[in-house]
Amino acid sequence: MNNEEIEINILLNAIQLKYGYDFTQYADASLTRRIHKSLADSGYNRISEMITPLIHDKEFFNVFLNNLTVNVTEMFRDPPFFHNLREKVIPYLKTFPFIKVWSVGVATGEEVYSLAILLKEEGLYDKALIYATDFNDTVLEAAQKGIYPAQSIKTSTRNYQKSGGKHSFATYYHADYDSVIFDRALKKNIVFANHNLATDGVFGEMNLILCRNVLIYFNRELQDRVLKLFHDSLRTNGFLCLGTRETIDFSTVVDAFVPIKKRLRIFQKKRDQTQEISDEG
Amino acid sequence: MKVDFSAVVIGVSAGGFQALHTLLPLFPKAFPSPVIVVQHRMAGEDDFFIDSLNNKSRLTVKEAEEKEEIRPGTAYIAPGGYHLLVEKDHTFSLSVDEPVCYARPSIDVLFETAARVYGSHLVGIILTGANSDGSNGIKTIKQGSGLTIAQDPETAEVNLMPLSAIATHCIDFILPLEEIPSFLTNLVEDTHDNS
Repeated sequence: MNNEEIEINILLNAIQLKYGYDFTQYADASLTRRIHKSLADSGYNRISEMITPLIHDKEFFNVFLNNLTVNVTEMFRDPPFFHNLREKVIPYLKTFPFIKVWSVGVATGEEVYSLAILLKEEGLYDKALIYATDFNDTVLEAAQKGIYPAQSIKTSTRNYQKSGGKHSFATYYHADYDSVIFDRALKKNIVFANHNLATDGVFGEMNLILCRNVLIYFNRELQDRVLKLFHDSLRTNGFLCLGTRETIDFSTVVDAFVPIKKRLRIFQKKRDQTQEISDEG
Repeated sequence: MKVDFSAVVIGVSAGGFQALHTLLPLFPKAFPSPVIVVQHRMAGEDDFFIDSLNNKSRLTVKEAEEKEEIRPGTAYIAPGGYHLLVEKDHTFSLSVDEPVCYARPSIDVLFETAARVYGSHLVGIILTGANSDGSNGIKTIKQGSGLTIAQDPETAEVNLMPLSAIATHCIDFILPLEEIPSFLTNLVEDTHDNS
């Protein structure tokens, strides 16, 4: 182990002991890059020097945690994915009287609002309960507010249109100077909650799980743990959607899923052989 | 000159479609190291671009996949919309971290993570482009005692990116595009002659 690896090791240990966050199974290269970014912002010279403020200064830790994990994304990222969700998955979900959806790693919330808009346009929103989880309370608060910089709206609008959106995107938000705030009604059936994929357990009986571009930050062991967790949290015939460059091929649950749209990483959990589809209501 | 290298990283932006179609076919099939490429482009433009390069090259040209083992004799292209990073165990990882120099994939991110892994056994090459992405990566490679090359700006379709790399004073060689593969192959042969 070189000096830098030793310092990072001790720092991650300190965070785990103090706050319970486990980063030890994260992919190394990106984690190291982000720790260096925090170091540059902090004004300290060595990674190990950040350990004292991390332990003793909660505000320093919160900023560090955001630097380490938060990705700003846009709404309807990967329009072909949302298009296929609408065309291939929604018609099936419409056959249920009630659906549960889990949006995992929501960060600042762009994806879960995209999903809410899609469900609304398809007449599914009022019979849906959407769980939006992240392990970072600061971003959960931000996600709950649903306020975004106005400059992001151009890309989001273009994505929405490309994804097969049915209305004018502007009907979903109010613009105010440099910000846009999304329609309060979109939040009605969203439950924002803290959940940590590295340490927490099953979230039950989901019809649809979206977890896009989260697994790429994990090593294979943690990826496998999380995919098992998703498998156990899904109803039979429920859908799992991953990022377009993520894979389940290596995982112990690969045989439990069939690809619905392989290129876009939309999978369906196979029916148990003993169960009939009719028991799904 | 003796230079033993384990990987070649290439950064290219505007003008890259043509430049890579000139460059990659000139590598021999048995090129003894992996060639890892960041070409700036939009998400979703990948298939045609990579298929076309693969058809014209003796190297295997493919998109770099998450957790894939990095092998010699293969040219890996970063997927559009993702940063491409090299892990210590010689596999790739991807990220959707914020763009660097407006770019994702970013050349700096690939170069900096590759430098961390390959150290002095890394060759970094900057080709045509209208961006300064890659210049920080070149500095990092030089700090790790790797070898750095810039495409001769005179021969670049857009000269800004090689000029920006040269301005760091961390570029070892400035070469016309067509000469880069044979230059690298000769380095390997020199190494083996002397060892």
